[in-house]
Amino acid sequence: MSHLAVSKTYKLFIGGAFPRSESGRTYQARDSHANFLANAALASRKDLRDAVVAARKGYTAWSKVTAYNRGQVIYRMAEMLQSRKAEFVELIILSRGSSSKIAAVEVDESIDRLVHYAGWTDKLAAVLGSSNPVSSPYFSYSTPEPTGVVGILAPADSALLGLISVIAPVITGGNACVVVAAEENPCVAITLAEVVATSDVPAGVINILTGNITELAPHLAAHADVNALDLTGAGTQLREPLEQAAAETLKRVYVPKGDPDFTAAPGTSRLRAFLEIKTVWHPTGALSLSGGTSY
Amino acid sequence: MDWEYASAPESSAIADIKDRYLPYVDGSFKEGNGEDRDTVNPGTGERLSTVSTVNAADVDRAVNAARRAYQSSWSQLSGAERGKYLFRIARGIAERSRELAVVETLDNGKPIKETRDFDVPAAAQHFFYHAGWADKLQHLGLGPAPQPLGVAGQVIPWNFPLLMAAWKIAPALAAGNTVVIKPAETTPLSILVLAEIIADADLPPGVVNILTGAGDVGSALVTHPGIDKVAFTGSTAVGRRIQRELAGTDRKITLELGGKGANIVFDDAAQDQAVEGIINGIFFNQGQVCCAGSRLLVQESIADEFLERLKQRVETLRVGDPMDKNTDVGAINSEAQLGRITALLKAGIAEGAQLWSSSCPLPKNGFYLSPSIFTNATPSMRVTREEIFGPVLTTLTFRTPDEAVTKANNSPYGLSAGVWTEKGSRAMGMAAALRSGVIWDNTFNRFDPTASFGGYKESGFGREGGPSGLAAYLDTDDEVVR
Repeated sequence: MSHLAVSKTYKLFIGGAFPRSESGRTYQARDSHANFLANAALASRKDLRDAVVAARKGYTAWSKVTAYNRGQVIYRMAEMLQSRKAEFVELIILSRGSSSKIAAVEVDESIDRLVHYAGWTDKLAAVLGSSNPVSSPYFSYSTPEPTGVVGILAPADSALLGLISVIAPVITGGNACVVVAAEENPCVAITLAEVVATSDVPAGVINILTGNITELAPHLAAHADVNALDLTGAGTQLREPLEQAAAETLKRVYVPKGDPDFTAAPGTSRLRAFLEIKTVWHPTGALSLSGGTSY
Repeated sequence: MDWEYASAPESSAIADIKDRYLPYVDGSFKEGNGEDRDTVNPGTGERLSTVSTVNAADVDRAVNAARRAYQSSWSQLSGAERGKYLFRIARGIAERSRELAVVETLDNGKPIKETRDFDVPAAAQHFFYHAGWADKLQHLGLGPAPQPLGVAGQVIPWNFPLLMAAWKIAPALAAGNTVVIKPAETTPLSILVLAEIIADADLPPGVVNILTGAGDVGSALVTHPGIDKVAFTGSTAVGRRIQRELAGTDRKITLELGGKGANIVFDDAAQDQAVEGIINGIFFNQGQVCCAGSRLLVQESIADEFLERLKQRVETLRVGDPMDKNTDVGAINSEAQLGRITALLKAGIAEGAQLWSSSCPLPKNGFYLSPSIFTNATPSMRVTREEIFGPVLTTLTFRTPDEAVTKANNSPYGLSAGVWTEKGSRAMGMAAALRSGVIWDNTFNRFDPTASFGGYKESGFGREGGPSGLAAYLDTDDEVVR
């Protein structure tokens, strides 16, 4: 007897849960031959607002996690992705029409990208921070801190590697994010959400919406509780109005210089774009001037 | 017994204020094609001098001069040579320091003891610090050969005219950029003295261009297509407009905007020290400081006692002639600014906050305001939420450290915060929990070129000073694109 396959319902990923769109809307994800692949949730403005609320909670939890522990959690994502490699290879072949070899390379690179960032969490302060030799009796240091909630428009042309390459640097710095997945790739994005959900990433740190970027992005750019925007997936048409909307609350905006090559080694641009430098001053008193210290 | 100080005025002779000042473009002082503007001495309310201002065509000429200088001279120099020019400028400022201090006080209205002991020496130090970076950019951790951006368009405010010029010009030049900078229309003089120092240092023509004028000139400058980088210090409203206007342009922006800094006093704080710190936080430069500690959060158990001590101390502040070496609080920078502060004072009273003001006598002429404290304020009042930019402190209370953090962070701004406690772990813990770019533990308003300065949230983005301040003037994008 043959077995009738159970197909997956692709829903949204908000606050660690997988809800349907509150609007009840879906759209059809198509494979590379334009055949029906699955129904994906068509997220609404309300879903986006829910995701921002979840992200703010996620940020509060995640920014308190130690750098070492954040690294372990991101490494755990790499482990979970590794164990589901076959599934992602199959999905990429199906949805993008890639050859099995190319799809396998993309998954391998995605795993390695997570491992790369897992090792960054406890180096950021050393690389981007400083001890400041101020000319007065104070101990002064500058250290990177997360910007907060980051809205990400994921790139369309790199279904898994591109998605991971925009999410990983944001969460590495201790931020939480609301990701609008590329409209064409909802299945890869929501399957990645299953990796996130099983990787000890606190609820709300990564939220993934599927749907229409043109519908969702303006609300994300204008939302007052979003601190920064990554416009990688915005395209040239949307970019200017989104930057204008972002200016209303002085959001930090990251726009790549061109079409990013996600197969290249990542630099630190994406990490730095979503970090603030905080400077702290603490008095050292007269002793620091008379005691032959290094000040 | 009534003790009175004899007045101890600094002489204005050393400033040698000229009757007319000209913008500095392409290595020479040239008449601008805009309308002349008088600049007023806020201490007396009288005209100090007249300044020739520029129009859009002059902006164009200055940007072109900066571009030529970038291409033909400045980018051809080694970092070491660039650094030597900056060292020269640092020395030039130090050598003419008293003159600069007097010019600044006459034009700005801040006390001579502040310009003499802070503004001018700190400006010299900024050039000295950044001079040393010019040949060491490869050590910033931004790649083996970080590249400058090109021509920087910079707009600075009136509250620290010379110091803000140093904060903007020094890192831009050290990184290898050329500069077109516009001072505020009420305080153009000290930067034009700096222009003389720059000219005397033989800086190649066009490397630094100084344009005089009001907001329209600033707007023409930051939106000019020949600019590669925009740096602005000023109000959040204008910063927001600049970011909106530059949407879609790829132009690198740094914005240092407003603030509503919380200054938090715990019940275990050394109270006399904290009183001094609160006063420094809000009355330094008449409170016209973006990072002013304008929201006092005092623990409920000591609130009454602490406020009493604070008021007693504020009563002893000497308000008046900025040129008097005894003056603690000088003049508000302009009549317009005095009007804005007064309007917010009225709004605070109308909303039910209780206003206390020092009974100090104020001079008849000039723009003065008594140091003031609002008590019984609530988090929703305008005087709690909005930047007053004047000598007005708003007071709230809290019970627990968590409540202090929540109240302090309950602001769209995030520039500065202060913490007063004798418990080291609490001081450091608070420093981590507060969402502000600068945290002062048991001190306030400390600045140093080695320590980066800048805001979280709507206080802007980008840093000035320290290694991250240099990054603002370099092409730091290392993402590989196809």
